[in-house]
Amino acid sequence: MVEELTLAQKQQLNRRRWIIGAIVLFMAALILQFGLGSGGSKSTFVLSSQRTGVNIPAPDLVLPTDVTLYSMAALVGLAGVWQTLRGFKRDTVVILVSVSVLTAAFLVWATEDKSLNLTGMLVSSVVRATPIAMAALAGIYSERSGVVNIGIEGMMTMGAFMAVVFASITGNLWVGVIAGVLAGMVMGWLHGVLSIKYKVNQIVSGTGIIILALGITSYLQRAVLNLNPELNQPGPVISAVAIPGVWRIPVLGPVLFNQSPLIYLMIVLLVVTHVLLYYTRWGLRVRSVGEHPKAADTLGINVFRLRYISVLLSGAIAGLGGAYMSIGAAGRFNEGMVAGKGFLGLAAMIFGNWNPGGAFFGSLIFGFFDSWQEKISILQVGIPVDLLGMAPYIATMIVLAGFIGRARMPAADGTPYEKE
Amino acid sequence: MSQEDKTTQQPAPQAKAPEKPSPAGKSAGLKGVLSAALIPTLSVFTALVIGAIIISASSPDVLAAWRNFFQDPLNALSVTWKLVHDAYLALFQGAFGNPSQIAAAFTQWRETGDTRPLLEAWRYFSESLVIATPYIFAGLAVALGFRGNMFNIGAEGQLFVGGLASAYVGYAIKGLPAYIHLPLALLAGILAGAIWGAIPGLLKARTGAHEVINTIMMNYISYRLTDYLLTGPMARPDKLPITPEIQPSAYLPSLFERPMRLHWGFFLALAMAAFLYWFLFKTTRGMEIRMVGLNPNAARTAGVRISFIMVLTMALSGGLAGLAGANQILGVDHRLARAFSSGYGFDSIALALLGKSHPVGVVLASLLFGFLRGGAARMQSVAGVPVEIIRIIQGMVIVFVAAPAIIRSLYRLKAVREEEAVLQRGWS
Repeated sequence: MVEELTLAQKQQLNRRRWIIGAIVLFMAALILQFGLGSGGSKSTFVLSSQRTGVNIPAPDLVLPTDVTLYSMAALVGLAGVWQTLRGFKRDTVVILVSVSVLTAAFLVWATEDKSLNLTGMLVSSVVRATPIAMAALAGIYSERSGVVNIGIEGMMTMGAFMAVVFASITGNLWVGVIAGVLAGMVMGWLHGVLSIKYKVNQIVSGTGIIILALGITSYLQRAVLNLNPELNQPGPVISAVAIPGVWRIPVLGPVLFNQSPLIYLMIVLLVVTHVLLYYTRWGLRVRSVGEHPKAADTLGINVFRLRYISVLLSGAIAGLGGAYMSIGAAGRFNEGMVAGKGFLGLAAMIFGNWNPGGAFFGSLIFGFFDSWQEKISILQVGIPVDLLGMAPYIATMIVLAGFIGRARMPAADGTPYEKE
Repeated sequence: MSQEDKTTQQPAPQAKAPEKPSPAGKSAGLKGVLSAALIPTLSVFTALVIGAIIISASSPDVLAAWRNFFQDPLNALSVTWKLVHDAYLALFQGAFGNPSQIAAAFTQWRETGDTRPLLEAWRYFSESLVIATPYIFAGLAVALGFRGNMFNIGAEGQLFVGGLASAYVGYAIKGLPAYIHLPLALLAGILAGAIWGAIPGLLKARTGAHEVINTIMMNYISYRLTDYLLTGPMARPDKLPITPEIQPSAYLPSLFERPMRLHWGFFLALAMAAFLYWFLFKTTRGMEIRMVGLNPNAARTAGVRISFIMVLTMALSGGLAGLAGANQILGVDHRLARAFSSGYGFDSIALALLGKSHPVGVVLASLLFGFLRGGAARMQSVAGVPVEIIRIIQGMVIVFVAAPAIIRSLYRLKAVREEEAVLQRGWS
């Protein structure tokens, strides 16, 4: 198929090559700019962890600022030259790598003559990635079966609220988690009824669910929680559980093996989802319903039932994500506490091409940018906190712009199925 | 999608203005308007009823009375009735004013010529219109997006940058006459909103990145931008996170004296609705936008430049939303503080849906929301019902309007077929 390219197509490909090359070269220049004027100083990255009173020692990573930055600039610059002249086969990967190097270079530059706890930043990235990953998983279940679920944000808000209330009433955090999951499922059921039974435009239905969920929770907070503050006191957050044997490994231990059980649950769900979708009959059916519901129906699959189940599962996981945010991390419910995590999850899902693994990787990127606002502001590099806070959102837009062309969504995503 | 509520005579929005008006066409039009208004009206009514149930169920007094239902059933009912009655009466009076007060003020004016009580009595009505004004702008913005197959959830962010730009022009430029300064400030708001809207449009046209996520991201970026500007470059000299007061030459003039805050922005909003109607249904560009909205493939075949129309739709939509922000700064607040919007942009999605993406419908829906929100403030202060109940009611209105089958089965209405609503599906 390569030799069949017309002249116009070739020109278009060339233009894409040059544009990407120029972007990469620009990033190299930016890194070089960081490096200029940083002669002789050192950037210190602390790798030991001090969390929960236990010290896990690790040697500090000390980098000479200028040399590191110059070599990074050289690396990206070479990639840019190669991209402009010859072109890489997978140019999105080049952009991804260059952006990563640019981010690392920014960190090196920001920690010039200072020190930054890298392990702490990674721990915080995983913590912040968790609700995003749960939202992404929720999106995968729903959209793989052909139902766009933009209401995840609302389902998470509902889950967060109900989790706090039930955990406060019963004094048991796990009852709260179950309540959050059920609340998410109720909202998922509503989305299902609207979009599957009544064939409402799925984006409209999702928007309605968001507005409804935000309205209900903020109303109940004002009318009930503020008058009965004991209902918004679920006690201390679900405590971290150290996995015996591995939690003392430097860097990896604190990041992966000494976290909230809900984070482990999220990782288990990731694996389970992957296996379910690709290695079971049920997963094949879900995917077929999302790709070509009519064909699936002809083969005797109950399209409506499968879609209902998927949307309910989607709501359940979104509710779990909400419960994690309230009783798993914040320790109380605040109006608007979900703050776009549901949408970030959808972006992560698209980034991951509707696959659990890729979505998780996307969530980690967003979690990283989400965590860096507080970490970088400690370093006082002279960039206002609010501008740093734009990073996760700008990163989302860049990722979407760069990857959506490559992504392939389920073919029947967003189309209501009508039986003939 | 196929089962919505409009009779066959009911002109679908794109055919709303019949080419040759005839008496028969007129009566069919009236019947069509009535039947088109039926479902939204019933939706609002149903949402209010469910709202009443929620208000009762979250009141400790009512719950206590119901616990003793078997001892004293009448008391339970009367306590519930009193709460709901008080709440909705306060909602009504907060929205329109107190009829007896208005009548008394009118007599007093006839007798003494004193206009002050009259202004006082009409204050609530004026306030509702003041609230409805940004709703009209923002609702038109989302409706225009829907027409062109673009789901603009970013009206809130566009409203913020529009407000920022017009506030800056309003306070930083001094010594201009009002007839130059005011249009300049309005234009700045439109332009900022248009740029903010055009970015997701461009990203969609160029890369296919979905505008729903991108406009939401632009919302968050605009909040951060506002925080940054208000704590630094645009803060008041005393470092409070508020912009300096704008020059009086940039004010949208008031229609009456205080306490009536109604200003010319309301009529500007009505003019924009009329303009949008003309633009969408009487110009070639407007038709191209609607073509792209209805069937992009057919539009491409017909020679419409889809990418250009996408960017144009989003820029115009963003401009309208930016105008909502400018209107709020120049007409009401006269300075920009952090929480100056309180969700106009999100409510506007409901408005566009409720108004079926038609300018007239959007204006009516905006008036409804203006009255609801105006009344809610009084409901909170008089009956102690939190204003957030309005958001639940709005959410339910969206659900009912989007799924008319629910309303139809609830009220045993006959199902009628309708052309597909102008909305999009899925991600691309």
